[in-house]
Amino acid sequence: MSNAVKELLYKMADDALIIGHRNSEWTGIGPMLEEDLAFSSMAQDKIGHAIALYTILHEVLGEADPDTLGFKRTENEFKSCHLVEQPIGEYDFSTIRHFLFDHAELLRYESLTQSSFQPLAQLAKKVKGEIKYHVMHADTFVKQLSNGNEESKARMQQALNNTWHLALGIFEPGEYEVELTSNNIFIGEVELKKRWLEKVTPLLESYGLTIPATDETKIANGGRKGYHTEYLKPLLDEMCEVTRTDIDAEW
Amino acid sequence: MKKDNNITTLVSEDEIWAALEKVQDPEIPVLSVVDMGIITRVELPSSDIGHQTAVITMTPTFVGCPAIEVMKKSVHDEVKKLGFDEVIVKADFDVQWNSDMMKPGAKEKLEKFGLAPPPSLDGGELTAEQLDKVRCPHCHSTDTTLRSAFGSTLCRAIRFCFNCKQGFEQFKPIS
Repeated sequence: MSNAVKELLYKMADDALIIGHRNSEWTGIGPMLEEDLAFSSMAQDKIGHAIALYTILHEVLGEADPDTLGFKRTENEFKSCHLVEQPIGEYDFSTIRHFLFDHAELLRYESLTQSSFQPLAQLAKKVKGEIKYHVMHADTFVKQLSNGNEESKARMQQALNNTWHLALGIFEPGEYEVELTSNNIFIGEVELKKRWLEKVTPLLESYGLTIPATDETKIANGGRKGYHTEYLKPLLDEMCEVTRTDIDAEW
Repeated sequence: MKKDNNITTLVSEDEIWAALEKVQDPEIPVLSVVDMGIITRVELPSSDIGHQTAVITMTPTFVGCPAIEVMKKSVHDEVKKLGFDEVIVKADFDVQWNSDMMKPGAKEKLEKFGLAPPPSLDGGELTAEQLDKVRCPHCHSTDTTLRSAFGSTLCRAIRFCFNCKQGFEQFKPIS
């Protein structure tokens, strides 16, 4: 059973670390001061969530320490989805990604508060309160920009069209779905995706956006198996640059 | 363990709590870790003769709170001063912090400091309404609005008061 839990924790932690790094790239260049602060604060939250998940992997499941897991693994060892590794692009893309990703995060953590794996259930009870702020922030800006002027609305729709199949890759099933669901560790990616669609579809429609048609062949799968787009490696090269200058240095 | 005139007396839990009152949150210098409600357990495991241990358990206000390591060290140092041979400070999520866990009096201290305190959630989930009616710590008007749920630290939001026309910060309610 521990391999199933490990798989779940790794993908969640890697998603949080990578989106946290991407969010931090808005520090200093946000479109306005409050947004600069928002993305920077969310980056700090996400990286905190990643450390907490890596800590469970280390302390409960015997994996390496959080710094090793975060900074000393290769690209193929990361199980993050393709959505989170995409460059920040312009603010429209980052906002839509933030909306689609954080709604999935909130539903994931809400369901995990009931997990039979206690360390994760306890952490989830804490994390969901924080993600709620992320979701409120995403809702506010997606709503405002989708109801702004012609240009802002067109850009949000275009960003949604470009991001939809990437977002569906969040729910790429893993190897241990049956084990996770039958042991009440996690509701499983299929159920999570269903809940997410039920949540984001009416919300986006209420903002006047059209949900793109899903083409199953275009869903950005592969990340959960360690196959990534061309964007993850340069991100890791930058994120791990200092560590790699002296891999065994003590801080 | 106090070692005065060769007489050894055990340190009580109350003395530990009193020592913890001296440890402040570096990001909120008017509140102690006790005021914040982040000390979740104080234990004095039965120990060998001549070796008394204290175990203090904390829980962070936010998972990514960068101040937790500093606070763990301050807690350790302050409790060690009581004469313990060993002080173990842990941080975990066995008890999850929410803003209702602040001790009585903490909210008044926050307001006096210029930081609007979090409204009570009464054990429930955070609602949009609770973010609506927040009293300005400067002029006490409730005619204020949320400018950004994210501020200078993870636990602060930025608000604006329409009455005194000033921006102010709030300690965020968190469920």
